[in-house]
Amino acid sequence: MTERTSRLRAAARAIVEGDRLVLARTITAVENGDPSADRVVRSLYGRSGRAPVVGLTGPLGVGKSSLVNALVGRLRSLGQTVGVVGVDPSSPFTGGSVLGDRIRLERRADDTGVYFRSMASRGAAGGVAAATREVSRLLDAAGFDVILVETVGSGQVDVAIRDIASTSIVVLVPHLGDEVQTLKAGLFEIADIFCVNKVDLPGADQAKRDLAELVTLGGHPGDWEPPVVGTSTVEPAGIVELWDSVLAHEKFLDASGERTRGERKRLSSEIVGIARDRVGHELTRRLEQDPSLRRLLDEVVARRIDPRTAAERLAAGRRVARR
Amino acid sequence: MTKARGARKTPIRVLIAKPGLDGHDRGAKVVARALRDAGMEVIYAGLRQTPEEIVRAALEEDVDLIGLSILSGAHMALFPKVLTLLKEQGGARIPVFAGGIIPDEDARRLKRAGIRAIFGPGTSLEEIVTTARSLARPSA
Repeated sequence: MTERTSRLRAAARAIVEGDRLVLARTITAVENGDPSADRVVRSLYGRSGRAPVVGLTGPLGVGKSSLVNALVGRLRSLGQTVGVVGVDPSSPFTGGSVLGDRIRLERRADDTGVYFRSMASRGAAGGVAAATREVSRLLDAAGFDVILVETVGSGQVDVAIRDIASTSIVVLVPHLGDEVQTLKAGLFEIADIFCVNKVDLPGADQAKRDLAELVTLGGHPGDWEPPVVGTSTVEPAGIVELWDSVLAHEKFLDASGERTRGERKRLSSEIVGIARDRVGHELTRRLEQDPSLRRLLDEVVARRIDPRTAAERLAAGRRVARR
Repeated sequence: MTKARGARKTPIRVLIAKPGLDGHDRGAKVVARALRDAGMEVIYAGLRQTPEEIVRAALEEDVDLIGLSILSGAHMALFPKVLTLLKEQGGARIPVFAGGIIPDEDARRLKRAGIRAIFGPGTSLEEIVTTARSLARPSA
């Protein structure tokens, strides 16, 4: 066994045995695409898939971080350990970010039953970062009973949490719009549970009614009807019910066979996605090194051939046509 | 696996926290914003953090750097405590800088204790960003 292999094995073992420093460094390496993390991630895959992965998504400011904190409190009172990933946006201009999900976290500093990791989206669309799925798997392999993933403040089409979470909670607040908004495609389609947070505000009953009506219109996989749960984190309310709804959904996944179906679908798109990236990178590299690219480019710049024709010739590996 | 490899550019991760009990976080926010605009990933831990919470956050988040802001006068108690806990818990490599109202004599003692840089009122953001960057990536 080489020294490198043994170091990687040691890292994987340390994570499983609960070494949080190694876990933290490995997460950084995964985020950075560091090849040294690759082997660790691969070797720990078999230990993932045990913990429910619960996604919280919804527009900015609806209280996702406060709900995460409340759920962490609930889970700790049940004796469950929790790994949390909180995603916030990276600047499209500078690449920098301010990660503020952690600010709502209240727990004893010596409570090792909770691990919280902030993550910048680093240019990924859809509400999570490219590394979020693998990091939630690492937390799973590290032995946490439940994984919570908080997305960036989502827009109507930010539904990538669906590819990671076994249960997705869509968090909304009163006065986000009329009932027709709930019919629109995207965010409202991915909810396993609707959470109307800030139920202490006026308009909460209307919001809950609109969502309850949406649910009765049907269109859910299996026989699952997403429940609508009202919550508040100011005067804590509905948190027990929210977690019970998650458990009910997890139970439904097992009883109905939806868990396996969902897993197959998610993993299939993951495998295809990774393979497509690999092929794409390889193709890009080869095409950029192809000597005919420059000549084709000259032709396109001079308006003698169009970009589509040039791309076709490049992809077909043909030389530039005669002048 | 902890070392950034070669010239590969990965964002600097920095924790900004306010230990102690004063509620004035404008300075911390201004610095957080400036570091963000410099391309860093700033974990903003916010107000009223204990040294234990700060160190816990720094280790979980695997940060390259910690910035502490304080205006309450409790820096001589709280900053050395952060350094001690970092050392005890495996975070001795993480450099710590500070900002706030800190008398010169205290600043000298804190630097001897291991606080790497201290910024008083009127320091330019450019200076803070440049120092933060060189503390986080000494070789870059």
